[in-house]
Amino acid sequence: MSIADPETEIPPPLGTTSKAGDAVFRGLATASASVILLALAGVAAFLLAQGLPALDGTGAQAYGFDNIWVYVGPLLFGTLLAATIALVFAAPLSLGVALVISHYAPRRVAKGLGWAIDLLAAIPSVIYGLWGIEFLAKQLVPVYMWLEAHLSFIPLFAGPVPTSGRTMMTAGLVLAVMALPIITAICREIFAQTPVMHQEAALALGATRWEMIRLAVFPYGRSGIVSAVLLGLGRALGETMAVALVLSPSIVVSFNLISAEGGDSSSTIAANIALNFGNASGSKIDTLIFTGLVLFVITFAVNFLGRWIAARGVKKG
Amino acid sequence: MAKSIDVSDLDIYYGDFLAVQGVTMSIKARAVTALIGPSGCGKSTFLRSLNRMHEVIPGARAEGKVMVDGQDLYDADVDPVAVRREIGMVFQRPNPFPTMSIYENVLAGKRLNATRLKKSDADDLVEKSLRGANLWSEVKDRLGKPGMGLSGGQQQRLCIARAIAVEPQVLLMDEPCSALDPISTAAIEDLIHELKSDYTIVIVTHNMQQAARVSDDTGFFNLKATGEPGHLVEFNPTKKMFTNPDNEATESYISGRFG
Ligand SMILES: Nc1ncnc2c1ncn2[C@@H]1O[C@H](COP(=O)(O)OP(=O)(O)OP(=O)(O)O)[C@@H](O)[C@H]1O
Ligand SMILES: [Mg+2]
Repeated sequence: MSIADPETEIPPPLGTTSKAGDAVFRGLATASASVILLALAGVAAFLLAQGLPALDGTGAQAYGFDNIWVYVGPLLFGTLLAATIALVFAAPLSLGVALVISHYAPRRVAKGLGWAIDLLAAIPSVIYGLWGIEFLAKQLVPVYMWLEAHLSFIPLFAGPVPTSGRTMMTAGLVLAVMALPIITAICREIFAQTPVMHQEAALALGATRWEMIRLAVFPYGRSGIVSAVLLGLGRALGETMAVALVLSPSIVVSFNLISAEGGDSSSTIAANIALNFGNASGSKIDTLIFTGLVLFVITFAVNFLGRWIAARGVKKG
Repeated sequence: MAKSIDVSDLDIYYGDFLAVQGVTMSIKARAVTALIGPSGCGKSTFLRSLNRMHEVIPGARAEGKVMVDGQDLYDADVDPVAVRREIGMVFQRPNPFPTMSIYENVLAGKRLNATRLKKSDADDLVEKSLRGANLWSEVKDRLGKPGMGLSGGQQQRLCIARAIAVEPQVLLMDEPCSALDPISTAAIEDLIHELKSDYTIVIVTHNMQQAARVSDDTGFFNLKATGEPGHLVEFNPTKKMFTNPDNEATESYISGRFG
């Protein structure tokens, strides 16, 4: 009998409800914003507190290196290298697939495809990583062989190619595969929201579909595309296990993309942490956390760089 | 360079829905043709069928004949992209490209033709088009600024400049003044008068005085009944339409609007 009779219930005065609603909403928004910032600050504080003591570590603490930078440097290099490879492959491919869905495929096909991509994006990226290692790596060996045979004068393809196919290139490609669905899903959404008004403006000037996309869709979605790529990449970089499984830890700066595990190939910070954390103790843990701090800072820097590029692009136009 | 358009027995569908039925009219070259009629009677739909912009909408199609200077617009080997370069369009809401400067907006269509423009030629074209759209004196000192920074009326004239920069044969305008104040409207009406000497112009308007002021011929569209397709009720020289129309419905629509 708790259902109120609408006839007898006195409607609350208009002003007060909306004020109360405003207050509640403002409170919620402020609270969630603070929680996010606090969490971020907490992570940063933890990394700083635990990692900084390792700064002047030498010898055993720095895994036998003269100082910590000699240890972190190559890992940082490897991280950026893997990320670059991933970007080079994932970004154009995702944009292409997103465009096919939003602007090229017939409506019914596009609907199905879009649905499939959303589904794929929801699968944890480590699944794609495992697929990459178990399947992709082996399939890539002949490609690497060919590269080594014909292009080995380029340092990137110097070889020798390992039979497992587990190389920096494979790691980058696995990252690309992991980043692909999420970048595609976000870009599709952005492209689909391009105002009809601007698309028609381009078409009415005699633009082909591709010209219309360049004139109206890309400029409109530019900052969104950058965000999507960064998000996809960040998510892929966060999934350490995939790269950890592909690459064995080695502290080497090497542009050789198709060579063997260890020795000749760089590794990444994330993979290094994952592989070494289990049997690290004492000050070595600090060192690993310090590498985590470096990754944290780099991720931030890359994000800001991306946003800066996006913002600048809009202004220049 | 202006062209005439002959439409015969044109039906336009959105999927299964017949929006416009049996339109036949002759649009004269170097003249202004106004299209009037109540909301939803298919004026925009008809206008878009004249440069195949209706094909952009999924499911939309036209049946019938549209001849542009003797060339069949819907012929299988006519490229709609080429058609739209010849027959430009200005929309109800000003739609300059938001990320482009005024200068780049004017050149947007020209740049599509892929030929590289020399800087001096580009400058000339921008000035000529903006002068043609009566906008030059207002923006000549800020060509590098975003097109979106202009007032609504200026944006609409920028869109007209952009449309005439590709030197089309025909200019279609869908209620180009409906979002503008009387002063901007007057500026655009003056502009239409000037453009008439070079272009064939078709303009949709809800403003009877505007139709009377700017056009040579007027077509009145109406719905036979609600739910029925729109059709062309009467097409005559504007003078006749506004003084002594053939059709009673035309008379009541026009006089009703005048109050
Ligand atoms: N994209 C579309 N899909 C389906 N039906 C449409 C579409 N656009 C218009 N219609 C229908 O076609 C008919 C004619 O519409 P149109 O926009 O041509 O009218 P109009 O005369 O331009 O009206 P207004 O004066 O309000 O602009 C209407 O019944 C409308 O609902
Ligand atoms: Mg309309």
